[in-house]
Amino acid sequence: MEFDTIAAISTPMGEGAIAIVRLSGDQAFEIADRLFRGVGGKRLKDVASHTIHYGHIMDPKTEQIAEEVMVSAMKGPKTFTKEDVIEINCHGGLVSVNRVLQLLLNNGARLAEPGEFTKRAFLNGRIDLSQAEAVMDLIRAKTDRAMNMALGQMEGRLSKLIQKLRQEILEILAHVEVNIDYPEYDDVEEMTHHMLLEKSSYVKKEIEKLLQTSQQGKILREGLSTVIVGRPNVGKSSLLNSLVHENKAIVTDIPGTTRDVIEEYVNVRGVPLRLLDTAGIRETEDIVERIGVEKSRQVLTEADLILLVLNYSDELTAEDENIFKAVEGMDVIIIVNKTDLDQKIDMDRVRGLSKHHKLVTTSLLEDQGVDDLEEAIASLFFEGSIEAGDMTYVSNTRHIALLNQALNAIDEAMQGVEMGTPIDIVQIDLTRTWELLGEIIGDSVHESLIDQLFSQFCLGK
Amino acid sequence: MTYEAGSYDVIVVGAGHAGVEAGLASARLGAKTLMITINLDMVAFMPCNPSVGGPAKGIVVREIDALGGEMGKNIDKTHIQMRMLNTGKGPAVRALRAQADKFTYQHEMKKTLENEPNLTLIQGMVERLIVEDGECRGVVTQTGAVYHSKAVVITTGTFLRGEIILGELKYSSGPNNQQPSIKLSEHLQELGFDLVRFKTGTPPRVNSHSIDYSKTEIQPGDDVPRAFSYETTKYITDQLPCWLTYTNEETHTLIDNNLHRSPMYSGMIKGTGPRYCPSIEDKVVRFNDKPRHQIFLEPEGRNTQEVYVQGLSTSLPEDVQQKILRTIPGLENVQMMRAGYAIEYDSIVPTQLWPTLETKKVKNLYTAGQINGTSGYEEAAGQGLMAGMNAGLKSLDKEEVILSRSDAYIGVLIDDLVTKGTNEPYRLLTSRAEYRLLLRHDNADLRLTELGRKVGLISEDRFEKFQLKKQAIEEEKARLQGIIIKPTSEVQELIKSQGGSELKDGIRASDLLKRPEMTYEHIQQLVPAENTLDADVTEQVEIQIKYEGYIEKSLQQVERLKKMENKKIPENIDYDDINGLASEARQKLKEVRPLSLAQASRISGVNPADISILLVYLEQGRIARVSAE
Repeated sequence: MEFDTIAAISTPMGEGAIAIVRLSGDQAFEIADRLFRGVGGKRLKDVASHTIHYGHIMDPKTEQIAEEVMVSAMKGPKTFTKEDVIEINCHGGLVSVNRVLQLLLNNGARLAEPGEFTKRAFLNGRIDLSQAEAVMDLIRAKTDRAMNMALGQMEGRLSKLIQKLRQEILEILAHVEVNIDYPEYDDVEEMTHHMLLEKSSYVKKEIEKLLQTSQQGKILREGLSTVIVGRPNVGKSSLLNSLVHENKAIVTDIPGTTRDVIEEYVNVRGVPLRLLDTAGIRETEDIVERIGVEKSRQVLTEADLILLVLNYSDELTAEDENIFKAVEGMDVIIIVNKTDLDQKIDMDRVRGLSKHHKLVTTSLLEDQGVDDLEEAIASLFFEGSIEAGDMTYVSNTRHIALLNQALNAIDEAMQGVEMGTPIDIVQIDLTRTWELLGEIIGDSVHESLIDQLFSQFCLGK
Repeated sequence: MTYEAGSYDVIVVGAGHAGVEAGLASARLGAKTLMITINLDMVAFMPCNPSVGGPAKGIVVREIDALGGEMGKNIDKTHIQMRMLNTGKGPAVRALRAQADKFTYQHEMKKTLENEPNLTLIQGMVERLIVEDGECRGVVTQTGAVYHSKAVVITTGTFLRGEIILGELKYSSGPNNQQPSIKLSEHLQELGFDLVRFKTGTPPRVNSHSIDYSKTEIQPGDDVPRAFSYETTKYITDQLPCWLTYTNEETHTLIDNNLHRSPMYSGMIKGTGPRYCPSIEDKVVRFNDKPRHQIFLEPEGRNTQEVYVQGLSTSLPEDVQQKILRTIPGLENVQMMRAGYAIEYDSIVPTQLWPTLETKKVKNLYTAGQINGTSGYEEAAGQGLMAGMNAGLKSLDKEEVILSRSDAYIGVLIDDLVTKGTNEPYRLLTSRAEYRLLLRHDNADLRLTELGRKVGLISEDRFEKFQLKKQAIEEEKARLQGIIIKPTSEVQELIKSQGGSELKDGIRASDLLKRPEMTYEHIQQLVPAENTLDADVTEQVEIQIKYEGYIEKSLQQVERLKKMENKKIPENIDYDDINGLASEARQKLKEVRPLSLAQASRISGVNPADISILLVYLEQGRIARVSAE
């Protein structure tokens, strides 16, 4: 598939003040316009070439702002690849730039292969002949590395899961195919819409699960964004200090460029925590008070983990209960602090409010219970028993993109079923799902369907 | 001793299903054509199943017809029943299948060949090819006749070094005890072709008088008259039924107890058999949990008592076959007329062919059918048509034709063969086609008639009719896209009666038709067309509108690949000169010698990185040329 529109992060991985996502190809402007909300409804396709524009990247599905950006719009041929090029300048940090890339991939762009921008520059005559050999070396070198990586992952858990899932789909496909190619064989049950829907929703769930695990994979690399909440004076600051001092900080004090958030990274038993709004806690000891309820809710929704701190030596207040409400449905660990003082809190009520969440009691002052808390964090995270190092950055972005596409394909298949579209037509989307999953593990050989057909069913004259 | 026997544009060796299409195509497009067959009584003979069509295969027959071939017309004249299969499924997989009167099928085909002005049909056995300077220039027969030509098409079926295996018996033979072709096989090897040994088989035939049909289920043909050919106007209404019965535990035990006498398991058979056409002993061994297997009893014609026992292909000894048959309900007293047997034969490795079906080793030499590793009459006929067409075109110095995977099942078939090769007799399946929604049974004429016309195989009269049909489809589609249907009570009633939800607002007729519960007839009821349209026009309108979204998706897929299809690889490319190709890819590319980047990408063992490198290499040459100019 040459010359479709490709996208990739073009700045080095890691932390920097800005990061650039580059998009190149016929559809670069169209895809960018699907996501870009400029000032006054400005469309990139209408702007003058080689100009730069302020705006936001929006997730068209949720209509939520994903990132605040500056976008350079450059029409071919006066660009690096000689194609239409869009460069999206994001705030530094892997999370935001990754989110923008994901959105582009979900909206029609393909993740660029290693060296592909350079390859295009060459193919479109931008780079001269003497550089051709270098381009080839580049492709080969990068691909070999990618291949080694892929091989490493072939033995990995992800690969096994994908293979299992593909086998499920393959069995459905073989079943549908056999109904088509051998319509008179009564040995084979006719695949019905009902059966197809049932099997497809299973596949869909599994893909969603995989996407969740890849979220966890992402967390391993980028940190589990964590917010400490609680009324004033419950010991949030002590908790923060305890976590930071007990554990070696990975990165400290990276000022964000838009959000007034200072982040601190700590490593808790192998789980990297990115502590959000630590500045707020340091300055006022009270995030709710300082930035208002609305804003604090927003910070909460961005968090992967909430550490909710209560005071052992004080009665539960309405404010405590409000906080419980605010974090409903999230991953929360309840910390009842100050056990060194006399108990005034009603632990039964706390347990009632905590529901299924983990609950630990601490005396941060006396360094009691911190182990329990760390254990709780680690077990919460490793419940899915995701191991660090299972996925690497580049291939993982590719995996997520492919999984998302596979999810779309299976969704379309299911919509087709619900519409009453004939099964053999619905199957087009099902096959697509199977192929996309195959791309993740580098295996899309069509022949295996035919093998499946003949091993699963007894056919023939 | 040899003698000069004549000169032709094209010589076709063999007159089976591939041979007849090759000979007719070549002759009809203007090449003076000679057909030579071992036995004139075996023209278009059906050595196995007396049927034509079925899923994927039936679509091939339609494609052959759209390209001016004969198979569809011939079966329309000679079938004993016809059925449309998969009617409960989507339009992409519907397929017509006919049971043939195998004797009249042959006679009709022979008559057609005999009456073709530009075609000479003779009996003889070709033993050698005349190859000079790497070009094929004619053939020499067993009797020493030397025929010269500009191109040769070989369609030898299972005759090439054929060997029949029946129980403990094995002897040199073509199908149905015909004389095999041994010397030609040796000659092909001398010319440097790689040959492989394949195997196929056929079930016993039994006498209809000895069948108790009351113990079987009737399988009638469709009530609606059907035809393969777009030109057929006369329909056969007097149809014969087939009958269904089953094997049982007793059958399976009998087979199990006699496996030691099966040549399949004793090691006597070495050739690779097709998985989709297993013998009964194979089915019993591999699927031993199945309590029964279906057996279809199919009459071989109107003037014979011979009945084909579909599902019971076997090479077990004759006495065991007798006993097996008699365990089956309805066949308790059956009289077996011919025993089933397995046949081994030589095929050439099909990656030795260009997509035109010309061999890479010897110019102007084409092969088609089972010699290319396929199985099935329809697969053979499709290749025969293309090989004959290309041999004819080449002999007339015209440009040859390659069908792409998005043009036709025939394109899928040939591309699979020449790009991937095959390690078992190849059969077309709908699952082999990635664009099957585009390659439908109903639109074969829309896909291929223009090409047929261009090469000279479609008459002016037929082409005019085709264009009128095409125009009618477009006009009706445009009409439905232009009309708004308002939510009147009549409309709401109709929708409700079909179980749909009521309209909230006016809707385009075409959009209403897209609803799963609505048919063209319903729309017609609401907004009638001025003139009544032919059923094949309205069928197209309905399918094209109803499945527009999916068709569009497939077309986009084709479009994306087109760029790679259009990147041609020069024939003289030196793969050893390209740095960075993986060694497996290099070796495969040298073997297959793909014509386009897309074809290269379909070769197993050639991965995307190799394609990138190949692309860069090709562009390097282009850029060098441009800068030199």
